[in-house]
Amino acid sequence: MVTFDIKNLNIWFESTQALKEVTMEVLPHEILSVIGPSNSGKTTFLRMLNRMNDLNSNLKMSGEVKFEKEDIMKIDVELLRRKIGMVFALPLPLPLSIFDNVAYGVRMHGLAGKTRMAEKVEEALKQGYLWDEVKDRLTESAFKLSGGQQQRLCISRTLAVEPEVILFDEPCSGLDPISTAKVEDAMVKLKEKYTIVLVTNNVKQAARVGDRTAFFLSGELIELDKTDKIFTAPKDKRTDGYIRGKFG
Amino acid sequence: MRKFKEFVIEKLILICGIASIFFVILIFLFLLKEGLSVFGTVSPFNFLFGKSWYPISEPPQLGILPLILGSLLVTLGAAIISIPIGVGCAVYIAEVAPGRIKEILKSGIELLAAIPSVVLGFIGMVTLVPLVKNIFHLPTGLTALSGSIMLAFMAMPTIVSIAEDALYSVPKTYKEGALALGATHWQTIWRVILPAASSGILAAIMLGIGRVIGETMAVMMITGNAAVMPNSILAPVRTLTATIAAEMGEAVVGSEHYFALFAVGIVLFVISFIVNVTADLFLHKKQ
Ligand SMILES: Nc1ncnc2c1ncn2[C@@H]1O[C@H](COP(=O)(O)OP(=O)(O)OP(=O)(O)O)[C@@H](O)[C@H]1O
Ligand SMILES: [Mg+2]
Repeated sequence: MVTFDIKNLNIWFESTQALKEVTMEVLPHEILSVIGPSNSGKTTFLRMLNRMNDLNSNLKMSGEVKFEKEDIMKIDVELLRRKIGMVFALPLPLPLSIFDNVAYGVRMHGLAGKTRMAEKVEEALKQGYLWDEVKDRLTESAFKLSGGQQQRLCISRTLAVEPEVILFDEPCSGLDPISTAKVEDAMVKLKEKYTIVLVTNNVKQAARVGDRTAFFLSGELIELDKTDKIFTAPKDKRTDGYIRGKFG
Repeated sequence: MRKFKEFVIEKLILICGIASIFFVILIFLFLLKEGLSVFGTVSPFNFLFGKSWYPISEPPQLGILPLILGSLLVTLGAAIISIPIGVGCAVYIAEVAPGRIKEILKSGIELLAAIPSVVLGFIGMVTLVPLVKNIFHLPTGLTALSGSIMLAFMAMPTIVSIAEDALYSVPKTYKEGALALGATHWQTIWRVILPAASSGILAAIMLGIGRVIGETMAVMMITGNAAVMPNSILAPVRTLTATIAAEMGEAVVGSEHYFALFAVGIVLFVISFIVNVTADLFLHKKQ
């Protein structure tokens, strides 16, 4: 069963059209990288998948997005967002302790009582490859962590509510190469359990971690294929141009 | 030439700054000089905790505990009414209300802030006072409760507008982070936005209460002005501010009564100062 089935998706912000007739699928347990220059609609596309676009009152859409065969507009939005986690460009810890950041969503959804909470948090931090670095300082404020650690904390927090899909929006844009490598490692290991959609401005990152890669330009999906295909023999010359660094 | 101009402007600004501080100090010194004289006739302890205020009897009894309690009672009542309504209103405006309603509410609040307090007091006198009297079957509606309700209306605009600012300044990213985890709108407000704005909201409350403590006109009109130990929120009371306003005209300059009123002023000053400093601390903690 495909994870997302997207048909003729159009999105407008007032008069500007951010996505044009996008039709594609996201497959289970893959890392799908989405690349493209600035303003190509990558973020808009990603935020459509967990309906974060609903927060925007001046947005209009047409077309259809199905999550596991169900129209996302007909799924309860809180449930949808729990199943489809999201990690943002800048790490966004809440003003709480490390432990409480991870426990936050778990408590909210009532996924574990007091006794199971510690286990649950440990498990999530291990999956986010952060446990060893923070296990002795769980009660400290999350803002004391480095940027890379904060980002992995946000990943752990997302994992703790047991999603099926994780959406990443340029998760490494604010990180140094070593932190980036750690986050990338985490993503590759996570795909065994989760489906991942990764929006990235970094073409090399898409090549390193993506199973398939989608190239967006001015709101259109130009090409979607296996990552090595896209990087070695793209069908469209605009894809080729972008990869070689001709746009933005 | 340019340099000279800069120099003059800089010095002028400096003088303005110094002048304002200078006047504050002057006022404070005057208050101290006049007020502290009262402690020649009555000890500070008896002044603050004495239960009777009969400034013109012979010898005068100068205990301001009934006035302090009167102020506290009215202020506390006003706080209990205005804090939940004010904060709730701020949350509604900042987070829930759709565009049009938001604008209408905001101008409504501004209008409320613009009503002079005498006018509010007057309206309270002809509407609220009879209402309180009839509801509780009291001999008079001029009670601490009427004062509290009236003052709650005066504190509300301050609380709403400052709390609303605090809510707006919570980074949008906190909200998105919570929503992306599947939180409902209400859960996001309750568990993320309110805690993140808490120091600003506390500051809003303190400033609102500060306004209530200093208010004079309206309280004088509707709290009944009885300088006796209050035994219930439904009894007439007299506040510190109302005492000064009501009696200063009659007090003979240089008499014990006169000095005592200045000492009441010092007490009021100290209370306001503490409230404002606390509000400031909360505001700065935010940054
Ligand atoms: N909230 C919004 N209101 C109005 N227009 C918006 C909004 N968000 C995005 N847009 C418009 O939609 C188009 C696509 O933006 P989007 O953020 O999806 O691009 P992107 O590919 O993620 O770019 P970047 O690489 O810079 O993040 C842009 O033209 C942008 O101006
Ligand atoms: Mg983007």
